[in-house]
Amino acid sequence: MAEFEPRIVAFLCHWCTYTGADLAGTTRQQYPPNIRIIHLMCSGAVDSIYVLKALIDGADGVLIGGCHPGDCHYQTGNFKARRRVAILKGILQQMGFTENRVWLKWISASEGKLFADTVTKMVEELKKMGPNPMKQLWNA
Amino acid sequence: MKRLGVFICHCGANIAGTVDVKSVAEKIGKTEDVAHSADYIYMCSEPGQQIIREAIRGKGLDGVVVACCSPSMHENTFRKAVKSQGMNPYLCEIANIREQCSWVHQKEKEEATRKAEEIIQATLEKVRRNDSLEAIAVAINRRVLVVGGGIAGITASLDLAEGGYEVILLEREPALGGHMAQLSRTFPDLDPAFSGLFLKASEVERHPKIHLHCYSELEDVKGYVGNFELVIRKKATSVDRGRCTGCGICIENCPVEYVSQFERGMGIRKAIDTLYPSSVPNKPVIYREHCRYFIDGSCHRCEEVCPEKAIDFKQEDERISEKVGAVVVATGYELYPKEQLGEYGYGEIPDVIDGLGFERMLSPNGPTKGKIIRPSDGKVPKEMVFIQCVASRDPDRYMPYCSRICCMVTAKHAKIYKEQVPDGQPYIFYMDIRSDCKGYEEFLQKTIEEKRLLYLRGRVSRVFQDDGRVRVLGVDTLTGKMVEVAADMVVLATAIVPSNGVKDLAAKLRATVDRHGFLTEAHIKLYPVESSTKGIYLAGCGQSPKDISDTVSQASATASKIQALLSTDKLLQDPLIAFVDEEICSGCGICVEICPYEAREMDPHRGISMVHSALCQGCGACIASCPNNACELRNGSASQVLRMVDTFVS
Ligand SMILES: Cc1cc2nc3c(=O)[nH]c(=O)nc-3n(C[C@H](O)[C@H](O)[C@H](O)COP(=O)(O)OP(=O)(O)OC[C@H]3O[C@@H](n4cnc5c(N)ncnc54)[C@H](O)[C@@H]3O)c2cc1C
Ligand code: SF4
Ligand code: FES
Repeated sequence: MAEFEPRIVAFLCHWCTYTGADLAGTTRQQYPPNIRIIHLMCSGAVDSIYVLKALIDGADGVLIGGCHPGDCHYQTGNFKARRRVAILKGILQQMGFTENRVWLKWISASEGKLFADTVTKMVEELKKMGPNPMKQLWNA
Repeated sequence: MKRLGVFICHCGANIAGTVDVKSVAEKIGKTEDVAHSADYIYMCSEPGQQIIREAIRGKGLDGVVVACCSPSMHENTFRKAVKSQGMNPYLCEIANIREQCSWVHQKEKEEATRKAEEIIQATLEKVRRNDSLEAIAVAINRRVLVVGGGIAGITASLDLAEGGYEVILLEREPALGGHMAQLSRTFPDLDPAFSGLFLKASEVERHPKIHLHCYSELEDVKGYVGNFELVIRKKATSVDRGRCTGCGICIENCPVEYVSQFERGMGIRKAIDTLYPSSVPNKPVIYREHCRYFIDGSCHRCEEVCPEKAIDFKQEDERISEKVGAVVVATGYELYPKEQLGEYGYGEIPDVIDGLGFERMLSPNGPTKGKIIRPSDGKVPKEMVFIQCVASRDPDRYMPYCSRICCMVTAKHAKIYKEQVPDGQPYIFYMDIRSDCKGYEEFLQKTIEEKRLLYLRGRVSRVFQDDGRVRVLGVDTLTGKMVEVAADMVVLATAIVPSNGVKDLAAKLRATVDRHGFLTEAHIKLYPVESSTKGIYLAGCGQSPKDISDTVSQASATASKIQALLSTDKLLQDPLIAFVDEEICSGCGICVEICPYEAREMDPHRGISMVHSALCQGCGACIASCPNNACELRNGSASQVLRMVDTFVS
């Protein structure tokens, strides 16, 4: 059987992490192609439903990328994201997602390498965790 | 059903070297509502854009996806191209398959090709549900507020006023000049600082387009780019500025003397005084915390002697309202507080002073009339120690950054010292020498050679008083040996830190500061004078430490950016903002709480929430928080995002 290739959906804020992901490209950092990026203006705009939908549909991991604390372009969007993710994690536990499949990371526009490293690391970790348990449910 | 067009760029080999663009174009072309799918070597070139324009006309497209580099590169280019064919520009979206696909998966061609196709499919999902939008036009107020009357604020004000714009200049001290008013002579040309400053400041004072408010602070700001509403607090000076002629008789007669901060603790000041001799404006204020009239009512001297009857003890703070379209924050710097510099003995040992103290000593209008003497006994110091990088470049205990000017300041100080005391010996403790601006390296080398300056590489560990001298202990890292110098006087080149109160000011303006309190720019390279809030601009040391040349250049850059902003009557704003589905909104008010821009407001009659379109910045915070999904972002709705998720996961 081919090695399990996790699928990651990423929600990246315009001002920091999306631009950081662009910089990863400009500087030709290489990372595994398992990630699909959705551009939002701010990490504070990541609705819980986006994350839940991705996981229920079978994404193996969700990455939310925002500006470092204090650097959010809209002042406090990243703190809102942090609170929301903390709450979400409790719900996800109850849904049977015992592993850490939702990553919230602060990656600035100048941290292209950090973005690439984060994706690489996340793919490695997800490989260890195995596929999203929801998928089995769908296939049962 | 829509008729969509997809245009895939090779970007030479940048994309096509990794992604099989032909096969992607072919596959995407099979999508039901894709009426046209093409690839081309450089989509952004004129012939590339022509392909798009022709397809829009020929195939009657009503939506376009260009798969190419990041939207930050060419979104505008392609939106303009579709607009030229009568298509609404907001129906054109970019699929980022270069920065976020081909460039980062160069070895995985097959996977990259699949990923590119998915990115395009997801972008198509977005375009399918995009609405035609019009940019929002807001009226613009063509006046500018400048906060801070140092050389940065002075320069920005003069440039703007010369450009024909009205300027309101706020300075919280009683006079203009900032730190430049404290300097003696400036590197690298050693021109007297004061005369140059005096000319510029006087120009500001006279300029018919500049409304100068000294001894004033910004109390409140509302609004947004093009339309800020301000409340300015003019502190009571207790002197009728209309009557006062600046004769100075009051100052001579005032019986109260106390230590002057302007003279860095080495001179005295009166309870009624100007900020510095021949200040601009040259009118005194009563410092009420020192004045005997205000303390116990026991003195009226100045009122008695003023020939113009200008003293007004009853004067109260005044609040004035103003409207402007843009704001310059030019709040400058301070030196690292001496109370927190334990090991250097500053503040305890009288013969240890800081750089600004030495500048005052060197100034002809300073406390020693320009003579270098020990503060403790008035003797001429024969051995002088200068210490660089005090509290800079020391992440563990102080500031991690380089204050940028201290290397040059110290060389200048040592040079002037040697000119005055030819038989004296200056020792300079340094970490590295940074002299990377025009004429600086030459100035430095010449000074070192001519003046036989002794540079010792290493940090100072302790400064203490011993037998009337100041002992400086350090390590010379080049020889690895301990060094001890018994000096007559020590000058510390202390770190530049942001002005007091700048955090509060930034919060009022909704601008951001970094963890040290320096104002942050929208982009360090591409938008270095814009803050992250539209309409708020930066100049001078409040943004980062810099010398006068850089300060002036930055202030002029800021002024020209603002002139470009204000050159039209209406400001066009991106319409990608929040809107409310009035049927669904339950009026819970969560969005009003959450919005950082006061863009949400309850309609008191209908009990539902509204969006103030000129204030909304489109961050999406309210949308993610609305429990009823009653608000959405234009062309960024939940259904669009969820469908993109679908494309990526299924
Ligand atoms: C010891 C020393 C020697 C130097 N020598 C040289 C030299 O030889 N050559 C050279 O090029 N540079 C020199 N510099 C650097 C120079 O001082 C700065 O580059 C320059 O003064 C920066 O100007 P600025 O307007 O940004 O800031 P400042 O001069 O600090 O001006 C800021 C102004 O804003 C006002 N302000 C602050 N907050 C508020 C507020 N909330 N509301 C209203 N007003 C406010 C302040 O009162 C002040 O007047 C030296 C610096 C030091 C410390
Ligand atoms: S999108 Fe952001 S700025 Fe606009 S109304 Fe909502 S919270 Fe306020
Ligand atoms: S803009 Fe990046 S987290 Fe808010």
